[in-house]
Amino acid sequence: MISRIDKDHSRFREIVRGKIRKNLRKYISRGDLMSRKGKDTVSIPMPQIDIPRFTLGGNDKNGVGQGEGEPGDPIDGEGEQGQGGAGKAGEGEGDKSLEVEVTLDELAEILGEELGLPRIEPKGSDALDTKKDRYVSLRTTGPESLRSFKATFKRALRRQVASGTYQPGRPIIVPVREDRRYRSWRTEPRPQSNAVIIYMMDVSGSMGDEQKEIVRIESFWIDTWLRSQYSGLESRYIIHDATARLVEREVFFRTRESGGTMISSAYKVCAELIEKEFSPEAWNIYAFHFSDGDNWSVDDTSTCINLLRNVLLPACNQFGYGQVESPYGSGQFIKDIRNTLGEHEKLVTSEITSKDDIMDSIKEFLKGGR
Amino acid sequence: MAPVTGELRDLQAEIQGYADEFGLEYFTQVFEVVDYEQMCEIAAYGGFPVRYPHWRYGMEYDHLVKSHTYGLSKIYELVINTDPCYAYLLEGNSFTDQKLVMCHVYGHNDFFRNNTFFGPTDRRMIDVMANNASRVRRYMDRHGVVAVESFIDVCLSIDNLIDPWAPFRSSHSAPVEGEEEEDGHRLRNVRGYLEDYINPPELIAKQREKARAEKEASKRKVPRRPERDVLGFLMQHAPLEAWEADVLGIIREEAYYFLPQMQTKIMNEGWASYWHSKLMTERALRDSEVIDYAEACAGVMSMAPGQLNPYKIGIELFRDIERRWDMGRFGAEWESCDDLRAKAEWDLQLGRGREKIFEVRRLYNDVTFIDEFFTLDFARELKFFTFQENRRTGRLEIESREFEKIKGQLLSMLTNFGQPFIYVVDANHLNRGELLLGHRHEGKDLKIDYARDTLRNLERIWRRPVSILTVVDDKPKRVRYDGSEVTISDEPAAFKV
Repeated sequence: MISRIDKDHSRFREIVRGKIRKNLRKYISRGDLMSRKGKDTVSIPMPQIDIPRFTLGGNDKNGVGQGEGEPGDPIDGEGEQGQGGAGKAGEGEGDKSLEVEVTLDELAEILGEELGLPRIEPKGSDALDTKKDRYVSLRTTGPESLRSFKATFKRALRRQVASGTYQPGRPIIVPVREDRRYRSWRTEPRPQSNAVIIYMMDVSGSMGDEQKEIVRIESFWIDTWLRSQYSGLESRYIIHDATARLVEREVFFRTRESGGTMISSAYKVCAELIEKEFSPEAWNIYAFHFSDGDNWSVDDTSTCINLLRNVLLPACNQFGYGQVESPYGSGQFIKDIRNTLGEHEKLVTSEITSKDDIMDSIKEFLKGGR
Repeated sequence: MAPVTGELRDLQAEIQGYADEFGLEYFTQVFEVVDYEQMCEIAAYGGFPVRYPHWRYGMEYDHLVKSHTYGLSKIYELVINTDPCYAYLLEGNSFTDQKLVMCHVYGHNDFFRNNTFFGPTDRRMIDVMANNASRVRRYMDRHGVVAVESFIDVCLSIDNLIDPWAPFRSSHSAPVEGEEEEDGHRLRNVRGYLEDYINPPELIAKQREKARAEKEASKRKVPRRPERDVLGFLMQHAPLEAWEADVLGIIREEAYYFLPQMQTKIMNEGWASYWHSKLMTERALRDSEVIDYAEACAGVMSMAPGQLNPYKIGIELFRDIERRWDMGRFGAEWESCDDLRAKAEWDLQLGRGREKIFEVRRLYNDVTFIDEFFTLDFARELKFFTFQENRRTGRLEIESREFEKIKGQLLSMLTNFGQPFIYVVDANHLNRGELLLGHRHEGKDLKIDYARDTLRNLERIWRRPVSILTVVDDKPKRVRYDGSEVTISDEPAAFKV
């Protein structure tokens, strides 16, 4: 039986989901969810789920407390005070911001529903099967610990009925050796798909903090979505200015380099990475590159296009290029690749002018369902 | 859920014996042992097994289960004001803890039964709530879950707008207007011959006529005088469907039921703590349990920054009263004594302490309790202070140790349990059927964003524009919601009752 509180609880979750969906654009563009991310959950501030009442506000926090100390001594936080003091009996309620926790899976689901994202069909599932043993069949031999009492009983009953030794008035069933049945396993293939996201970011001098913030937010949501689609998702991070290198996640989002921009350097590192670690037959590869589109030279751009056409695009499920508008960049790169590779089915490009565009950009990247 | 058996049943019998010995008067006490999830469920439902369906119980449950999982909090005891009195024990608690909880519960039980403010509450509330729940479920079946639920949201939004004194009035209707009072329009006149000069007959007649007209007008006014039971008023006068009025009534009934618990938080917890301490240390505690008991007790009594611990202040006050009445440290003689040494040695050996605290637990609520027994000596001894936020650093700092300030602050926190005083002023405001409320400003402003949303909810019930008179930053204001937008305008004067 479902208990009453479970109903109320699921109703509460439903309301929370509804609110998140309604405010998804706001949450996405503000980007403050990432800082609230735990291991598998995100806590979302949600004051509007509270029931409004006529309550006393006032910005002054004051009250009565108990303990040592002179006037002027702080009572909260680390301090020399003995027992700290104390708030208001009736207050508090309105002051604490209400937060609810949702799992990343739930968040991804909401994102998927809201943006109408198709589920991804993993490629190459045959090659990626893992095998799993499940105890679903019966055998005539086996260890006693796995004896199936029910099946054994049935066999014995059937035998006794057939041989006429069964007495309905005195229904005693005695299994013999041949009646015994043992539980046994069957090996079943279980499709498992491996996926990797390779993030690349331009950290040249023209990419400012705001541009990086946009990249950060967008990566978070892409990550959340893809993670919900694949059980074991790997991520790799590459930063580049005129040269590129593989870095840790933290470095990826924090670094501010300066200098020129040679996008091909990143694409080369990416290609090497795929070749070394992620064979395209075994992996679903997603690559996303974010830049302000201000590449060093026309030559380098054509190197990029060659790399994309011959190496990266064939290997990847999808290659996403997101161009963040920056006051310094020329934004030429996106035009170049659109002109040359524009119709390539695996290439998705998106221009992001401000945080408000992030949601549309995410949709652009993920709507293909690749 | 299972009633206590075996060891715990024997324990209950033992503790009940001690409670009898000390003269506690309680309802029949029933303990049930529950696991943690059940405990959270019951706690989310305010201690009751069945409530009407609503998401906020789910939210509360979510919060309780999580904070338990993360080890942030633990519900030790849960007891409700019913006859018989039900209390829940957490399965897996140590024997010492259960003992402590049982002693504590007998204290609460005695308080529920004897405190005047609990007098009007329905002791069969378990049944009432279950009946309410099944009615709400029926409405949900008929009108849809969302429709009923969102109406409940609206009602909950105003469930603090009730009149704490209503349960104590014999009849709810306003008292009959007294007959024409003394002729107040006449100026005092000691020399008879000047009468016509001082009180010209035509002026007197005119004034009388005016006063009579005013009175007639006020007789037709609804409500006749500002009404604090906003929920009750809306039930009678708002254009509600039958089921809506019933739901509003359910919310109101349950709000009134929980009211005395808010009015006596400090006393109730203080009384229960006083008795667990007494029964444990003087009777029930075994040598091997002392450490565990002391630790549990210290946890309950600790003062965390940012919170006033009602257990602590309550138990200390009861102990202080007992001591003072034992030693005769009260009354005019004691108050007027200026000799500090005489005061320090003051002991009349009256031994009336126990008697006094039983009387106090019967007759007082938190406000009167603090007002009467929170003394200068007590505040000094327990090192009370007021604190305030330092605007510059954002930290809370000790503001003062002045007794008047501390007591004033405590009382203002407790008055109307920290809720604003809101009245229905006029149900036909501007002769347009608008609802006018008044907020009696006592120094603190309303939270304006909450007020806006509450007005929206009120409009949903009243179906006409709703306004409230209040004060914002020392200026009288009117906040009005007309069904499409909220406006704030100036008012000539603040609302007074």
